[in-house]
Amino acid sequence: MSVVFYLIAALTIAGGLAAVLLKNLVHSALAVTVAFGGLALLFLSLDAQFAGFAQILVYIGAVAILIVFAILLTRGSDLPKDGVFSRTWIVGLVIAAGSFAVLGWAVLASAPSMSQQTAVPAVTVHDIGVALVGRYVLPLEIVALLLTAATIGAVIVAMHEKGGAK
Amino acid sequence: MTALTAYLLVAALLFAIGLAGALVRRNAILVLIGIELMLNAANLNFIAFWRYGPHPEALTGMMFAIFSIAVAAAEAAVGLGLVIAIYRHTQTTDLDKMNRMKG
Repeated sequence: MSVVFYLIAALTIAGGLAAVLLKNLVHSALAVTVAFGGLALLFLSLDAQFAGFAQILVYIGAVAILIVFAILLTRGSDLPKDGVFSRTWIVGLVIAAGSFAVLGWAVLASAPSMSQQTAVPAVTVHDIGVALVGRYVLPLEIVALLLTAATIGAVIVAMHEKGGAK
Repeated sequence: MTALTAYLLVAALLFAIGLAGALVRRNAILVLIGIELMLNAANLNFIAFWRYGPHPEALTGMMFAIFSIAVAAAEAAVGLGLVIAIYRHTQTTDLDKMNRMKG
């Protein structure tokens, strides 16, 4: 493995860890943006240019901004008095460590049987576009419908109710 | 260690971090951030298997990752909308204090 991979992987993991551990929510949002950027770089290092740039557009461009908006609209930058971690945090930590142990064991145990193609796949954006409107046209239409419904639903849920309590 | 194994281990570690964030933090927005990290770890697995799998020209893993990104964006919009709606009702985003179904 190259040095570049280790650098990008360390950046991504550090961003994820900081997002989960930092007390201030605005700092967490910044750290998770770093993790999303690291993931986009990992996609690019896997020769998946389209997925990498889609990751940058969707996650850094949209989801991170959405998270910052939600934090500011809910005054999430104020530190809570009784700590940022839940009462049952030790149980959550044990579950997370256990799932990482199981996943890591499964990956390492099945490593010898996995195929390993080293040739760079010759896939262009043109091929992806043709596949999207050819073989995958039904999922594309369903995702379009889902995104429309989710946008309308999110607006309706977050809209001020008329004559509401607050 | 082969390249595929390294990518899968990074994805597993990122998934565990996201799961820990979703289970350990009190703030609902942080829980959503943890869920996003888990979804991203799954995407990394799809892309890694697409890159090192036997038939990359079939584009299966790539398509799965692209649709997964789209669905995750919809999930983030609806989830954060719900957090804002609950905050307007109860003035809190602390999950330990959200213990009623009835507003």
